[in-house]
Amino acid sequence: MLDTPKAARRTPVLPVGKGGIVSPLPPADRFVLRLKGFSGTAGGFDLSGALNTAHGMAERFAARLGPDEWLLVLPEGEGAAAQAALEADLVGRFFSLVAVGHRNVGIAVTGPHAADVLNAGIALDLSDAAFPQGSATRTLLGKADVVVVRLGSGFRVECWRSFAPYVSGFLTEVAQEFA
Amino acid sequence: MLLVPCPYCGPRPEVEFHCGGEAHIARPADPNALDDAQWAEYLFVRTSNKGVHAERWLHSHGCGRWFNALRNTVSDSFLASYEMGQPRPALPTEGGK
Repeated sequence: MLDTPKAARRTPVLPVGKGGIVSPLPPADRFVLRLKGFSGTAGGFDLSGALNTAHGMAERFAARLGPDEWLLVLPEGEGAAAQAALEADLVGRFFSLVAVGHRNVGIAVTGPHAADVLNAGIALDLSDAAFPQGSATRTLLGKADVVVVRLGSGFRVECWRSFAPYVSGFLTEVAQEFA
Repeated sequence: MLLVPCPYCGPRPEVEFHCGGEAHIARPADPNALDDAQWAEYLFVRTSNKGVHAERWLHSHGCGRWFNALRNTVSDSFLASYEMGQPRPALPTEGGK
């Protein structure tokens, strides 16, 4: 596969946040895994969950975004080991594993009004009943395609790097209502 | 906002979807056997009915799947949605309001 350690790296598009309602997260390693007809664990990720759920911890999880699609997120620097583990566990199967760590930016939205802030741009019901802990989905925030994950405290918004200033600005502006 | 029932994700907001036009239009098995009029019929002619209509929809900002749905073009209400490749289901209620 691609020799990612030699790939060009640009500086992070957003500075890491220092807390608050909207706070950009540090860089992370991410993979998009496409795999049909599989249920179980691979590479330390629990892939057995239903569609639109996430399993794992806030910094390391597998979010099932489609019937055969997962977004795997893990702390920066652990990607190479996870890739090798996944390839070992899935040997003999047809699958696609693409490193997208540099493509995405993660933004944490926390606090008692986190769902209200997100709902300024997301038409989906993000209440505890409709979007409980362990939920994850792809949706639209304003005009940007984002992935929303609810694991641990608050929400994690994953968007493409080029959308990050828009998404961050959008959420920061809304958060002023609740600051 | 209109809620579109995705057979994989459940009811979701309309902005996540893209409509792909009429469903159940099969490509002719042997295009060479058709004359121009028949080929044009396959390419361009669509029913534009008033009432229940079978359409293809893409959940582009969601699970990324194509599916078929029955929609009433008068009331804009969705009556059923089903996965690609399945036959058009019988209507839950005649006319569907």
